[in-house]
Amino acid sequence: MKFTTDHEWVSLDGDIATVGISAHAAEALGDVVFVETPQVGKTFAKGDSFAVVESVKAASDVYAPVSGEVVEANEALADAPETVNASPEGEGWFAKIKISDASQLDGLMDKAAYDAFLATL
Amino acid sequence: MRYLPLTADDREAMLAAIGAKSIDDLFVDVPESARLSAPVDLPRVAGELEVERALSAMAAKNATAGSVPFFCGAGAYKHHVPATVDHVIQRSEFLTSYTPYQPEIAQGTLQYLYEFQTQVANLTGMPVANASLYDGSTAMAEGVLMATRVTRRNKAVISGGVHPHYVRATETVVHAMGVETQVLAPAVDAEADVIAQIGPDTACVVVQTPNVFGTATDVTKIAEAAQAHGALLIVVVTEAVSMGLLKSPGEMGADIVAGEGQSIGNALNYGGPYIGLFATREKLLRQTPGRYCGETVDSDGRRGFVLTLSTREQHIRRDKATSNICTNSGLCCLAFTIHMSLLGETGLRQLALLNHEKALATRDALAAIDGVEVLTPRFFNEFAIKLPKNATDVVEQLAAQGILAGVPYSRLAPEAGLDDVLLVAATETTLDADIKILAGALAKVLAA
Amino acid sequence: MSTMNTVGRPTTPNTLPDNDYKHPTLTGGRGLLQDEALIFEGEGWGKTGVDLPTPKTDGSDLGDLVRRDPIGLPGLSEPEAMRHYVRLSQKNHAIDLAIYPLGSCTMKHNPRLNEKMARLAGFSDIHPLQPQSTVQGALELMDTLSHWLTTLTGMPAVALSPKAGAHGELCGLMAIRAAHEAKGEHEQRRKVLVPTSAHGTNPATAAFVGYSVVEVAQTDDGRVDVADLASKLGPDVAAIMVTNPNTCGLFERDIMEISRLTHEAGAYFYCDGANFNAIVGRVRPGDLGVDAMHINLHKTFSTPHGGGGPGAGPVVLSEALAPFAPAPWVVNTGDGYKLVEREEDEAEQAFGRLCAFQGQMGMYVRALSYMMSHGSDGLRQVAEDAVLNANYIKARLEDLMSPAFPDGPCMHEALFDDEWLKGTDITTLDFAKAMIDEGFHPMTMYFPLVVHGAMLIEPTETESKAELDRFIHAMRLLAQAAKDGDVERFKGAPFHAPMRRLDETRAARSPKLRWVKPEGSNHAA
Repeated sequence: MKFTTDHEWVSLDGDIATVGISAHAAEALGDVVFVETPQVGKTFAKGDSFAVVESVKAASDVYAPVSGEVVEANEALADAPETVNASPEGEGWFAKIKISDASQLDGLMDKAAYDAFLATL
Repeated sequence: MRYLPLTADDREAMLAAIGAKSIDDLFVDVPESARLSAPVDLPRVAGELEVERALSAMAAKNATAGSVPFFCGAGAYKHHVPATVDHVIQRSEFLTSYTPYQPEIAQGTLQYLYEFQTQVANLTGMPVANASLYDGSTAMAEGVLMATRVTRRNKAVISGGVHPHYVRATETVVHAMGVETQVLAPAVDAEADVIAQIGPDTACVVVQTPNVFGTATDVTKIAEAAQAHGALLIVVVTEAVSMGLLKSPGEMGADIVAGEGQSIGNALNYGGPYIGLFATREKLLRQTPGRYCGETVDSDGRRGFVLTLSTREQHIRRDKATSNICTNSGLCCLAFTIHMSLLGETGLRQLALLNHEKALATRDALAAIDGVEVLTPRFFNEFAIKLPKNATDVVEQLAAQGILAGVPYSRLAPEAGLDDVLLVAATETTLDADIKILAGALAKVLAA
Repeated sequence: MSTMNTVGRPTTPNTLPDNDYKHPTLTGGRGLLQDEALIFEGEGWGKTGVDLPTPKTDGSDLGDLVRRDPIGLPGLSEPEAMRHYVRLSQKNHAIDLAIYPLGSCTMKHNPRLNEKMARLAGFSDIHPLQPQSTVQGALELMDTLSHWLTTLTGMPAVALSPKAGAHGELCGLMAIRAAHEAKGEHEQRRKVLVPTSAHGTNPATAAFVGYSVVEVAQTDDGRVDVADLASKLGPDVAAIMVTNPNTCGLFERDIMEISRLTHEAGAYFYCDGANFNAIVGRVRPGDLGVDAMHINLHKTFSTPHGGGGPGAGPVVLSEALAPFAPAPWVVNTGDGYKLVEREEDEAEQAFGRLCAFQGQMGMYVRALSYMMSHGSDGLRQVAEDAVLNANYIKARLEDLMSPAFPDGPCMHEALFDDEWLKGTDITTLDFAKAMIDEGFHPMTMYFPLVVHGAMLIEPTETESKAELDRFIHAMRLLAQAAKDGDVERFKGAPFHAPMRRLDETRAARSPKLRWVKPEGSNHAA
């Protein structure tokens, strides 16, 4: 699992990247009440806003950590947005993206580097 | 000055507490060139009696609807409002409270908003309604913008039966957003032309029923056609009482209802403040403008209400908000809700039938006049007639005799070439004697 | 001694159970407050509180257009309706009950004369499309209001029709856009600069009109960073939107420089006039180089807030923008008043129409009644007292709480941050909720966004010194309690309000936005 400085995570299986927001981000947001997941079939460039996550008092754009086409969105979040709080780096994933350039993951942080990054905030 | 409690001694003591020598010390950040050294050139402080005299003198120059035979409609209707309504909305706790941002001490406002939302949803036949927008015309503009967000398309097809002010207000705003509008030609049965104009690029179709000419239409077929093309149907209703007699927009397949709620609980007020009704389907909720009140519980587990879904709104989303709206029509919602609670379903249906009855009687009386042609076949409380003369001239001549005969269509849309069309409305307040006076006077003016 | 009636009620409370006895009441009653069911939960199906004649038609001429199914609208008799809504009213705080110090909202006394005037039949019972010859007094009122607004602001023109502050912002930005279009510069000018401290409506409106929003930084003393602004101004900028006095309650000292730079760059200066109350009668925005500014009649000119509306947001315009004002407007012909309803008729450059009819007439009457009552001298005093009251609060609380910008005076509102709560485990929200238990409405919290844990207190000019002292006393006791670590008092607050803290997460996760008939109920709808 790799992390961005905007607190998204990505985990690669073949050329399919599962993406979500980090446990740190989920905690900072507070109780998640709504997630707008991307449409299947849409393509995003790395850094594009591809989803929105809302708590009661905040709405945040979620940026695509890698470029590619959305092949699956986590529909379960529509009825159970609290999953993002309960399991941000597991069942609370947002979407699966078929990546177009695997080298984009190279610039991302691993868990240790991300934890170190969080410590600087 | 009677509204200012501080005395000269208070001011002195307070300045001392602050450590300022004079009030000017508190305005030091104002650039010197912009400091006014004396009051501007306007009248000075005035007692209640003086103000009341001055304003009453202005008010006295206006012919009031209640004092003359009165037949104006076209988006604003004279109805009787029970005395209870105006009493309750002037209670301090309603009149002088703010938006209910502290729900623990604003349950009064929140609960009536929840009741209002339920009443509007049920009245329009839609699953959800918001806590109001400014008025019907701005609700229509918001509806069109919402449709472009939902469909990701850019064109609105607008029926020629929609109130021209609504069309103009909508065009002004949506054109700035780059949304294209296709406004069809005005006609008494304008809805018949709509279906042929729907295409794959249509974001929404806007129809009004009863339309500006009074025509009541079943828009079910238009809803089906719009939805078959992936477009939304927006139904505009300018006379809320009509929904007590006519099929609801929801029943006919509307995706969005943009309505004017003035008729329930609110006075004519020369055009405002009114109350925008906005209702839609549940799945479109996240794309809607305006505030919502929702049910929840407090920390003791007791039911209560809060403003909710506010992440769509400007104070959180800022430049990504669904609308820039902040203030709504709170107190007008309360008036609507109280009046509707007094009416109940029984009273509303009765009221609607009385309106229809008076309009039929007015139509019959006018249809009997030589040269008058009734244009609207099926209507609720308003219909269009064609005169053998310019309608504006006729209205002016009748006004000079103390009769407010209706609204010339050309006042709303002079370019339409319908100078001989007059819109005539009647409500439960219309007296049979007034109908006689109108018919008699109109016959004379036309014969002259 | 003559015979006395010795049978009476006890006059000391010590025969009552002690205060720990908290038996739940059957009605949910707390003193005079009862739980109040929704109208839909009563027995009002089929009932009505109006007596109407029996209609002579059944609507059968309308055939299949007639609504057959139940609508779902309960009715109440008049006493039931009265009681229901009066009970609800008692669960609200109101400016008529106590100070309502919401910063940015200008909750001031609402004179009842204004209500009386707005209800004169000559204003309330006239139709927006009556012949103009029959509403000359209404047009005169609009013309008089325009004169007051333009004179107070030093601006040549005003568009009355916007229905609220945000609608006024829309009006102003549309006029700016039209002006750029007229100069052929619209395509190149697609940005609007907005300080980070702005009201949310500013960026929302700019985006609504199709502009991209660029944020301008703020200086450490809570004002627009002029250097940052200058670096962002250019031929691609359409306008700046600056609130003055700003949302930190401070006057923009460099306002002249801001407007000069803006105009030099070919852009227009939109001023958010939400805080006009602080300067009315003492400063004219026209003298500051403002091109457009909305005036919230429900703030500065005291038309009531009514639980969230209706408001009114007329926009004053500079010479440069006046030709683009939307329809309708009033012209004094010398021989009476004329309402120009169609922009095409008189001014080719007008940008259109913002709403049906003439805007918020009922609010115009109230605002004019308020202005005439004060007069130009009284309005000047309004600004002075509003600013004095805010500075007094700041001065009396600054030793216990931390002012966000301690140096120099504030304008009409005093802004504190949550620095002083550090280490107490008490948040701005907790503190606000504890104020409720003291009988006060909390101040605005967490706004402006640029100040951490912001507490924005706007007393307005209509608070007496005694009421301010009472408020300050309570605030000081609370602040001391917070510092002394009385955490429970804050975390659980409010204890004495009609409701305890409400679960907003629950409301947002699965929204229940209307009453729905419970399964298996016998209700008609």
